[in-house]
Amino acid sequence: MPSLTLLAQAVVSGVLAGGIYGLLGLGLSLSWGLLRLVNLAHFALALLGAYLTYQLGSAFHVAPWLSALAIVPAFFVLGVGFHAVFTYFRVTELTSLLVTFGVAVILESVIQWFWTADYRRYETAYATASMRVGPVFVPTLEMLACLTAAVLALATWAWLRFTYVGKALRASAEDPAMAAAFGVNHRAQAFLLSGVSAAYAGIAGAFIALISTLAPSQIWAWLGVVFAVVIIGGLGNPIGALLAGLLIGVSESVTMAVVTPAWAPLVSFSVLILILIARPGRV
Amino acid sequence: MAPGRRVAVGLLAAGLGFGALATVGIPAFYESFLYMIFSWIALATSWSILSGYAGYFSFGHGAFFGAGMYTTATLTTALGLPFLATLPIAGLLAAALGLGIGAVVFRVKRLRGELFGLLTLAVGFVLATIVLNTRIDGGPGVYLSAVPLPRVLASPTGTLYLLGLALALATVGTAYAVAHSRLGLGLYAIHDDEDVAELKGVPTLSYKLIAFALSAGIAGVAGGIHAMYVSYVTVGETFSITVPLYVVLMSVLGGARHWLGPAVGATMIAASLYAFTGGQQALLGRALVAFILILIVLLLPEGVVPAVLARWRAWRPRSMEVSEPPAALPARAAPAAVLTCEHVWRAFGGIQALRGVSLAVAPGEILGLVGPNGSGKTTLINVISGYYTADRGRVTLGGEALTERTAHEIARLGVGRTYQIPRPFAHFTALDNVALAATFGPGRCPPRQARDEARAWLDFTGLGRRATALPHELNLHERKFLELARALAGAPRVILLDEVLSGLNPAEIASAVRLIQQIRARGVAVLFVEHLMRAVLELSDRVVVLNEGEVIAAGSPHEAMRSERVIEVYLGTTHVA
Repeated sequence: MPSLTLLAQAVVSGVLAGGIYGLLGLGLSLSWGLLRLVNLAHFALALLGAYLTYQLGSAFHVAPWLSALAIVPAFFVLGVGFHAVFTYFRVTELTSLLVTFGVAVILESVIQWFWTADYRRYETAYATASMRVGPVFVPTLEMLACLTAAVLALATWAWLRFTYVGKALRASAEDPAMAAAFGVNHRAQAFLLSGVSAAYAGIAGAFIALISTLAPSQIWAWLGVVFAVVIIGGLGNPIGALLAGLLIGVSESVTMAVVTPAWAPLVSFSVLILILIARPGRV
Repeated sequence: MAPGRRVAVGLLAAGLGFGALATVGIPAFYESFLYMIFSWIALATSWSILSGYAGYFSFGHGAFFGAGMYTTATLTTALGLPFLATLPIAGLLAAALGLGIGAVVFRVKRLRGELFGLLTLAVGFVLATIVLNTRIDGGPGVYLSAVPLPRVLASPTGTLYLLGLALALATVGTAYAVAHSRLGLGLYAIHDDEDVAELKGVPTLSYKLIAFALSAGIAGVAGGIHAMYVSYVTVGETFSITVPLYVVLMSVLGGARHWLGPAVGATMIAASLYAFTGGQQALLGRALVAFILILIVLLLPEGVVPAVLARWRAWRPRSMEVSEPPAALPARAAPAAVLTCEHVWRAFGGIQALRGVSLAVAPGEILGLVGPNGSGKTTLINVISGYYTADRGRVTLGGEALTERTAHEIARLGVGRTYQIPRPFAHFTALDNVALAATFGPGRCPPRQARDEARAWLDFTGLGRRATALPHELNLHERKFLELARALAGAPRVILLDEVLSGLNPAEIASAVRLIQQIRARGVAVLFVEHLMRAVLELSDRVVVLNEGEVIAAGSPHEAMRSERVIEVYLGTTHVA
């Protein structure tokens, strides 16, 4: 039986790791739930954002938050552009998976072309900074990422819940024809949403650059876990994505501490399988 | 030459040709290049048997492939079994795994396609974790370099080449055979509309399980051979995302619904991947393949093979199908029987849709079932046909209880139905729509005879000239009559008509009424749900009136409609005087 301190540390690390899952899951959940597009390229976009932050920071000494100011709007435009292609070709839920897989592979190749397959690490003065709460260490950057995920999830929830655009988007996801009959311009709002979703990938990318070691193949490493997060949280549900991220993060990290690190994936996917079988109506 | 024999000869010729190539002795590089293509053909084609035909996209094909790899790796190294003997075991184990997953997953109600895909994806990750953490692998990987390889040819690569070739041809042959069998017909119907397929007599659960086991089993054998080919098996390589994603891409590229599509797609992608090897070039190659994939998915969503075939047919129009003389309607297949409902109850959450409904329909009788919207008419049809189960009460046909049976069993016992909004199988021609019902319905015809019977029913409903049209080319009236023909195919003993007349114009209604009278004349029991009172009064021998799930009146049409409760329900209390 591990000590209480170890367990507390595991829970804290899990929450922080879960924040990143939630941050990545947020954009995916929005486009899947509200636009019915499964965007595998989301992970590639986040990683591209991370590499750009890394490049601007280590080669030109641009502060990460400054580069985010440039990357996030650029990604918004990119997201709108992708969506223009999807609408032009009437991409469906299933074909979106294939097309965005292709986009992800191309982005992976682009990243590998410029930065090679070697591991990259963005060294900053504050990379290792952490706070101490009792016996538990809380790395500052990861906490910041987790807080950002929480703020974005809440803001997105409020946006969907209370604004006209949000309500229109949810109505269109339920029944596009009926929403259109009530005057909802689904096309315009869909562009906005895909832009926002891509912008979230940019934000996630900035934090990934600061927190983790970068390699092009990381695109595929997140795939399984974040998909689990998005489904457990409920498609198109920002708060759900965050909470599911935390749930998976904590369960993984506690498994790592209590059993062995290698068994961790079993937990998240068993949770996913159980939820899918017990409550298939969620998705 | 019959198409089936032509395919068999083609596969045999390919086998002999490529087999001869190996005996001549081609450079080992080409042998392993071709082996990789054969392996991908087997994987992609086996994937399409469930996922292409029935439309359940699996992202777990890597799990079955990996199960096969580790079966062979473990059995040859730990137990010292001969390599060839492990291949059938690898296949059976993978098939059992597929069957197990299917038995759990396919019982989930309302399982949508994407959910199935993600569940199978998760299974792959779980399996990888288990293998990695147990003695099956434990981390360092398994070496097979010391395992003896039977020498069919001089070189070991030659042997693996031949095994790969044999598996690829056998898989494509299997895919062809399945596509042209009763199983394949059922799987295609499941793809288009699973509920309707079940109600037309397709045993959907067992068909999905058979297809899943077959698909997984072939992937397992492919994995067993591949373990020997790579001779060093690791969890990271085996269970990577490559296999599940590439089989999907290859199949979709070639055309997942066509038996040859995945093989063509696999050859295209595997060959182009192999063409770019090493360093920056491989990187460019991968990006190029991805780009081509995007283009093809966007421009040819049905896949390369179907697109090419469509071009070919358009370029070389076949002689117009000669209209055959109308075939005789099949003689009654089963003895006439009475349909009874005894105190049938059914609730949805807190809403009691049916409260103890009892009625009986005799052979050669039309029973009109009327009532306001929401009175439970369609629910009753859904309970009789087995789409819903009754909470309480009994439904019998000729004394046999239907209540505990599945929908496809009820269809086979002789219950046909129509849908208020027609639900034809979208990728089936009008003829094939009806032929499917004849194949799986009470008559259980072999496919060829089913098409003859289907033609007769199309003529009967006046759709004879639209036999080769796809449902989206038919207008509402034709689709309604297609529903009718499909319900009649296989000669059911009872037919449930759910608002067949709604949305038709007076002339079309008149011809539908004549059809229904002819159906009655054949001794079929007809349960006729309709809002159009004129038709109900004209057609029905007896009428049952439902309101809020209860029978409020029954008897001859005029008697029942004049009952006070009925007038009250339809017109309100003030008019009852």
